[in-house]
Amino acid sequence: MARTSDAHRTIDAIWRIESAKLIAGLARMVRDVGLAEDLAQDALVAALERWPDGGIPDNPGAWLMTTAKRKAIDFMRRTKTRDRKYEEWGRTADTFTEDDLERRLDGGIGDDLLRLIFATCHPVLSREARVALTLRLLGGLTTDEIAKAFLVAEPTVAQRIVRAKRTLSAAQVPFEVPEGEELQERLTAVLEVIYLMFNEGYSATSGGSWIRPLLCQEALRLGRILAEISPREPEVHGLVALMEIQSSRFKTRVNAEGEPVLLLDQNRALWDYLLIRRGLAALERARRLGRPLGPYALQASIAACHATARTADETDWVRIAALYEALSRAVPSPVVELNRAVAIAMAFGPEFGLRLVDELSAEPSLQAYHLLPSVRGDLLAKLGRGAEARIEFERAAALTRNEREQALLRKRAAECD
Amino acid sequence: MRFMMVVKASKDSEAGIMPAPELVDAMMRYNEELAKAGVLVAADGLHPSSGAIRISYPEPGGKPKVVDGPFAETKEIIAGYTLIEVKSREEAVEWALRMPDPHGFGEGEIELRQVFDFEEIIADPELHARENALRGRLVKDN
Repeated sequence: MARTSDAHRTIDAIWRIESAKLIAGLARMVRDVGLAEDLAQDALVAALERWPDGGIPDNPGAWLMTTAKRKAIDFMRRTKTRDRKYEEWGRTADTFTEDDLERRLDGGIGDDLLRLIFATCHPVLSREARVALTLRLLGGLTTDEIAKAFLVAEPTVAQRIVRAKRTLSAAQVPFEVPEGEELQERLTAVLEVIYLMFNEGYSATSGGSWIRPLLCQEALRLGRILAEISPREPEVHGLVALMEIQSSRFKTRVNAEGEPVLLLDQNRALWDYLLIRRGLAALERARRLGRPLGPYALQASIAACHATARTADETDWVRIAALYEALSRAVPSPVVELNRAVAIAMAFGPEFGLRLVDELSAEPSLQAYHLLPSVRGDLLAKLGRGAEARIEFERAAALTRNEREQALLRKRAAECD
Repeated sequence: MRFMMVVKASKDSEAGIMPAPELVDAMMRYNEELAKAGVLVAADGLHPSSGAIRISYPEPGGKPKVVDGPFAETKEIIAGYTLIEVKSREEAVEWALRMPDPHGFGEGEIELRQVFDFEEIIADPELHARENALRGRLVKDN
């Protein structure tokens, strides 16, 4: 019994390593992401039946691929589909040799993975569906893991994935890497899904838990894969750099009580300098491509300013303020402006920051945003205007759903006397 | 969770003899595979121990004793390491088994070690609490 569960854990690990490549390779053959996943799952079931007793083959990836291909042929015979694409594929499939399969698993697989991620992040799908399908097909996560990460019921996720696969199939989304202008647009959608995943893990928007590490790790892993298979895109490296540097502060962003610790108060000795180094290297790769820095690379540059300052006092706020200005030009947003105000306050004094914040106070999109009163409170407190500061902190506390953050803001309000 | 695949030294690696081109190729392909799977965090090779020193403290509270390399027992010497970030111990084992034989001549040896890592225990509330207490102490000590 113990041996069976050992074997199952090993098979899980192999699945984790092979599944995305397997599904991507199959999807290229059958031109249907949903069908490709079903076939890959069938191969997994066969492995679970055979490997615990018969032993794990030397090249488990090739075994799974061969088995899945056989399942595909069975499927076609069973359904006797007249669909042309299957018919066509059925003819060429017979000419595949083991060598072809090997090559498929090595050489062209990067392209297939890229096609797969463009499919799972396709705009015909809702954002939620994109995230779930990407985690499932590229991350090899189970629906249960995805459900836990997003604090929803497993059937909800399962249904979301089934529907997403059906939508892709019905929309006849081509299995290809988009070209020309469409590429940038679609790449933006892919990067958005990955960063959404990361942020969902990095700061839960509600509930008591701040950190959901699996999602962060998965997003970082997907970003790193994307950087390898799409190395000519500066924003891919920019996003990876941003996630690497933010991940370096994973341990320090909450204290012993689980309360959030602000960046400037964090113990820099506990930052993960290996990840910082990786982040700076990724940023360098983005810069070296010689195109103007996009929003992710700019945010990563800001994160890098913090990461390379040995103490909070040594932070180059003038540079950060300039980077926020560039970011604000690339993607105009009141939230970016608010951050710029903070940087300006740090660089030139709280009164200059406050002036900018006050201009933003009328901004309709910031009315329910807790960081506006929180920043304003902070600047007022620095200027010695305690009574006004307290009102702002209390307002901020009322606006956030995160319990930990709420507690922190209430504490700051209480300190304003 | 992070694991370190530690490659032990061999007679050749200690003598500063570069590995055969086929092996270098195989290692590069392997590292590429790790990178393309998004699991590679770092990989480095080390100079032979002839340029190394060993520092020991034979007497508690005493002065350090410094011994110059090279050191005799190749199996106790590290020739390089590869750091990977994976989801499970089994996944790390699977990757380690896929690493090419690092030396040939029956001398290849790889040791797989798990890196202490706070993230991995965060899922367990009890361990998390203990870790936070520990971290609180660490912060106070600093």
